[in-house]
Amino acid sequence: MISQIFSLAFLAQTIRITVPYSLASLGGVYSERGGVVNIALEGIILNGAFCATVGTYYTGSPLFGVVCGIAGGLLTALIHAVVTIHVKADQIISGIAINLFAVGITKFVLEILFHSSSNSDRIPGLPHIHLGFIENQPDVARLLGNPLVLATILIVVASQFIIFKTRFGLRLRAVGENPEAADTVGISVVLYRYLGVLISGALAGLAGAWLAFDQHSFTDGMSAGRGYIALAAMIVGKWNPMGAAAACLLFGFAESLQIQLQGAGMPTQFIQMIPYVATIIVLAGFIGKAVAPGADGVPYEKEK
Amino acid sequence: MPYAIELLNITKRFARTVANDNVTLKVSAGTIHALVGENGAGKTTLMETLYGLYQPDGGEIRIHEKKVSIRSPHDSISLGIGMVHQHFMLVPPLTAIENIVLGAEETKNALLDLKRATAELSELSSRFALTVPLDEKVENLGVGIQQRVEILKAIYRKADILVLDEPTAVLTPQESVQLFRILSELKAEGKTIVLITHKLNEVMSISDHVSVMRRGKIVGEVETASTSPQDLAQMMVGRPVLLRVEKETRQPGNPVLVVNGLSHVDRRGITVLKNVSLEVSSGEILGIAGVEGNGQSQLVECIAGLIKPSSGSITIDGIQIVGLNAREVFARGLAHVPEDRLKRGLVVDMDIKENLILGMHTQARFSSRLALRRKAIKENAELLITKYDVRPMNSEALTRGLSGGNQQKVIIARELSRAAQLIVASQPTRGVDIGGIEFIHRTLVQARDSGKAILLVSADLNEILSLSDRIAVMYNGEIVRIFPDNRIEESELGMYMTGSKQSEEKGASNG
Repeated sequence: MISQIFSLAFLAQTIRITVPYSLASLGGVYSERGGVVNIALEGIILNGAFCATVGTYYTGSPLFGVVCGIAGGLLTALIHAVVTIHVKADQIISGIAINLFAVGITKFVLEILFHSSSNSDRIPGLPHIHLGFIENQPDVARLLGNPLVLATILIVVASQFIIFKTRFGLRLRAVGENPEAADTVGISVVLYRYLGVLISGALAGLAGAWLAFDQHSFTDGMSAGRGYIALAAMIVGKWNPMGAAAACLLFGFAESLQIQLQGAGMPTQFIQMIPYVATIIVLAGFIGKAVAPGADGVPYEKEK
Repeated sequence: MPYAIELLNITKRFARTVANDNVTLKVSAGTIHALVGENGAGKTTLMETLYGLYQPDGGEIRIHEKKVSIRSPHDSISLGIGMVHQHFMLVPPLTAIENIVLGAEETKNALLDLKRATAELSELSSRFALTVPLDEKVENLGVGIQQRVEILKAIYRKADILVLDEPTAVLTPQESVQLFRILSELKAEGKTIVLITHKLNEVMSISDHVSVMRRGKIVGEVETASTSPQDLAQMMVGRPVLLRVEKETRQPGNPVLVVNGLSHVDRRGITVLKNVSLEVSSGEILGIAGVEGNGQSQLVECIAGLIKPSSGSITIDGIQIVGLNAREVFARGLAHVPEDRLKRGLVVDMDIKENLILGMHTQARFSSRLALRRKAIKENAELLITKYDVRPMNSEALTRGLSGGNQQKVIIARELSRAAQLIVASQPTRGVDIGGIEFIHRTLVQARDSGKAILLVSADLNEILSLSDRIAVMYNGEIVRIFPDNRIEESELGMYMTGSKQSEEKGASNG
């Protein structure tokens, strides 16, 4: 039974779940390192998925769909940025509003374009790179050859460098920890906070695109809480790109375990607890205290 | 001598107040210019305007005799102006060097390049005796070192004008001496320094010129050599001020507070109090001198019932109070002026009259079974406001909007109205201006004269020396020495405060 569970298919399942978590979670890292709490990730994922679906459906090009997904994420994040950075509204309220707005607008446009309140027409998936070694398992090969899987791994590693080793990263962290200090050395707090939120929009939009291509369609409310799980992973990963991705991998693993075990005759209530129990054990036992950036969630007032 | 800075007719208004009213200040190049004045006189606003954090509503700024427009710190930095703010502008989780280069970083292949900066900084460090562990996170550095990081930050940006806002407020006497040595070095290199302060002895010892501000205006400008602390104080406050506390010697009565063998291990497992024993008698002020963070706060919190000590006993008038909560300790005769007035002294979003009954709100005179007695609360407030000269004289003003000195007066009024035998006052005049300090000191001495026992904790050595009847020095969680009177040199106290004196004596007795 163990070998059945931990098969190549299981690995594929884990990756399939982990990719969108990781992308959105990294988005959270960029936004919150700059000092803006972004619970709008949920809505951004949904809008990204919708835009990717529409873009692909009307052009037939999944690549263009990916671009649309990112653009949809960027635009949604831009709303959050304007509301929280310029207008200095409460970041949680703005996030909730955007999440509710995304549910409504996607359903509305879905009805107009596809004459359905539940799902879009079918779209093609992303073309995959042919990997020689597992062609006997076509599903797994298709997944591991997916360019977005490779892109996600690259983005995770690159983000670790960007946040901790580059000028941009240093300034972003400074703006999120102590915006006044950044301001007094001539760094534009507004600029860096915008950049942080917009990058998070692009990444969460990409996460949405992944969901759309994975299901070959858009379905109503398909983000299904992934934005919130991504935020939890970001905290478990202590606002570090690699840490957040590792936490997402753990969540992905626990979730696929849950899916596998559902067929194995165990009580489903017990099985459904697995991802959450795993989270609590990891949080309490291994991670230690997670400290948020000093000015996370606090709008910056220039002249007080 | 040419002017490095000319601020001409600067006016800066905030919502309802005029922070700077047509202010003109000229600073000669290569000099140290002190800017003194009470809190709220507009010194910091003026300098932050120079630094580009505020845009003036009127006036002109000239740097090295050229008219300039400073729209942001970016502009002022490129004009060679650096500022060390009173609350350091550092990012705690970043390392010292990351803080120093922030905003002026060099990169190589898209990555940060700290090597060149390291070399340049070690040269600057040795030239000005500004030693800093560059790779340590700022949150792990002491305040004295953090200040050096701030100074290095300015010099690294090639500042030749350096503004320091109340730089010694957080320093020990030794650290202040070191700072002044650094400032003299900088002056010798031709840099121009503006020093905001309200400590007049500092002004006298290091500055070349002094400008005095009061209520948003410059009210005096003199050469340091031709003035005295007394004259400066009078200019600052606008009336003659007693710089010395007038106090007669008194014979103390019976012990009120007795602390015996008090030890405490905090949550991190660090021993913060080691076998502390002391007594404070009725009619005396025991001053506790020490660099902050050497156990004074924990000692006070143990006495006030805010933390439970690991071992030892504390009695007030012979009654054991260890294990009692804060309200029970108050009932045994404690009055407590906490060190952080915003965190523990006041509820800033409540008004003056409400703050004046905090902790007494359950007493029958202020509260019936069902509701507060509003009339009694208001009368109480009006009485105390008059007695303690709290401004504004409006019992319904929110305490948030009061100046530091008036906030402190509200707390002192409340605590002294408790009719307690023991007064524990922590940093009672921190951030309070000269006029307020004079009043608070007089009030504490009066309380002593009326037979109260007072435990005074202060980082301000002048305050300790002028108020205390006896002085205890705390270092590293221990009382290292108790002096039977206050006739002791500041420098000697300083040596006990930093632990250097204690080890000498131990060495001598061992040898």
